[in-house]
Amino acid sequence: MFTVLRCVIYRDLLLAGRKWSDVLTALIFFVIVVSLFPLGVGPEPGLLRTIGPGVIWVAALLASMLSLTRLFSADFADGTLEQMLLSAAPLGVIVAAKVFAHWLVTGLLLVLIAPLLALQFDLPQNLLATLTLSLLLGTPALSMIGAIGAALTLGLRGGGALLSLLVLPLYVPVLIIGAGTVERAAAGLGTEAHFLLLAALFLVAATFAPWAAAVALRISVE
Amino acid sequence: MRGRRRLFSGLNFALNSGDLLRVTGANGSGKTSLLRILCGLLSPVQGKVRWHGGDIWSLREEYWQQLLYIGHAHAVKAELTALENLIISCTLVGVTVSRQQALEALCRHGLAGYDALPVKILSRGQQRRVALARLAVSEKIPLWVLDEPFEALDADAVDFVRQSIEQHLAQGGAAVLTTHQDIRIESRHAQCIRLGPRTN
Repeated sequence: MFTVLRCVIYRDLLLAGRKWSDVLTALIFFVIVVSLFPLGVGPEPGLLRTIGPGVIWVAALLASMLSLTRLFSADFADGTLEQMLLSAAPLGVIVAAKVFAHWLVTGLLLVLIAPLLALQFDLPQNLLATLTLSLLLGTPALSMIGAIGAALTLGLRGGGALLSLLVLPLYVPVLIIGAGTVERAAAGLGTEAHFLLLAALFLVAATFAPWAAAVALRISVE
Repeated sequence: MRGRRRLFSGLNFALNSGDLLRVTGANGSGKTSLLRILCGLLSPVQGKVRWHGGDIWSLREEYWQQLLYIGHAHAVKAELTALENLIISCTLVGVTVSRQQALEALCRHGLAGYDALPVKILSRGQQRRVALARLAVSEKIPLWVLDEPFEALDADAVDFVRQSIEQHLAQGGAAVLTTHQDIRIESRHAQCIRLGPRTN
C-alpha cells in the first residue's frame, strides 16, 4: 500500500516537473490577482492593511480551485484512472496521494510566495508569519475538499463552472477561519483557537475527503 | 444497459484456468462494456460477476490483485518515458518490477532503444506496445482482460502478443479479449460470445 502511495506521489511530481506550464498557471494567476487589488483600490496604507489578509486568502482559494479541474482529468482521458480504480491498493489512498502531490506543486508554492505578496499590502512583519502559517494549514484542506468536487464533475461538459459552484460554498468555513486568524493577530488578540480550528478542519478533510472522492470517482468513471 | 439502451442480456458463462473467451460483435455492440463489467469498472443493471464463487464487489481489491486489464485507452502517460510508464503502471496495480525486468519486457516487445524516450514522440503502435509490455511482467496474474489488444500493432507485434497469450493460457491463466481481427489463438478450451442485435 505504501509503495503505491509513494509511486503515485513520485509519478505526479514527475509529471508536474515535465509540464511546468500547468504549475505556473495557478501561481501566476495568484500573483496577478493579488497585485490587482493595490492597483485598483489605491495606495492608502490603512485600507490596504485591512483588506490584505482577506484578499490574499481569497486569491489563494481561487488559484487552488483553478488548478483542481486538472487533478483527475488527464488520468481520466488516457485511461490511467481506470488502472487506479483496479489497483490492489484502496482507491482512497491513491486519491490522497494524488491530492498531496497536487498540493505540493500548487498549494505549497502559493504559501511560499504569499509573504512576498503581502508586502504590497504593507502588512507588518509579525503578521507575515501568521498569514503563512494559516495558509499552510488551510490550503491542504482546500485541496482535499476540492478533490471531491473534481471527482464529481469529472468528464462533464462545462465541468469547470459546476466545480466552482460545488466547491466554493464548502470553502467558506476555511476562508472565514483562515482570514480571521490573520485579522485577530492584527488586532493583537490570541490566535491559538483559530489555528486549532484550522488544523481541525484540515484533519477532518484529510480523513474523509479522499474516501468521498474515491466513491465519486467510481461513479464518474461508469 | 447503457443509458436507456439494452446492449445485452441473458449472458451466462464461466471461465476456468486455461480458458480463452473471445468477445466479438459489431462496433457499439457492447464489447467494451462487457469487459468493463467483468473488471468491476461498470456495475451491471442485473446479474453478478463472481470470482472463485465470491461476488467481485465484495472481494474488491482482492479480486483486482488477480486481474490485469488493458483497456481501449493506452493508460500510458505521454510525458513519461516508456520505462517509467511500465514501472509505474505495474507498481500501481501491485506488481513490483525491477528496472532490469522492465527493460527486458520492453526489449521483448520490440522497444529496445526506445525506453528512454517520452512516449508522446512514439507512434501509436509503439504506444500500444508500451501498454502491452505489461503482459511480459504479469505472468503471475491469473486473469487477463484485454480490450482490442491487436489494434494498431504490426504483424510481428500481433504475433508476439498472441504468443504471450498462448503461453499465459498454457500456464493455467485465463484470458478474455475482444478483437475484430481473425487471429487464431491456441488454447485448451475456447469460448466465443457474439454480441449483436437480438436474433430471436
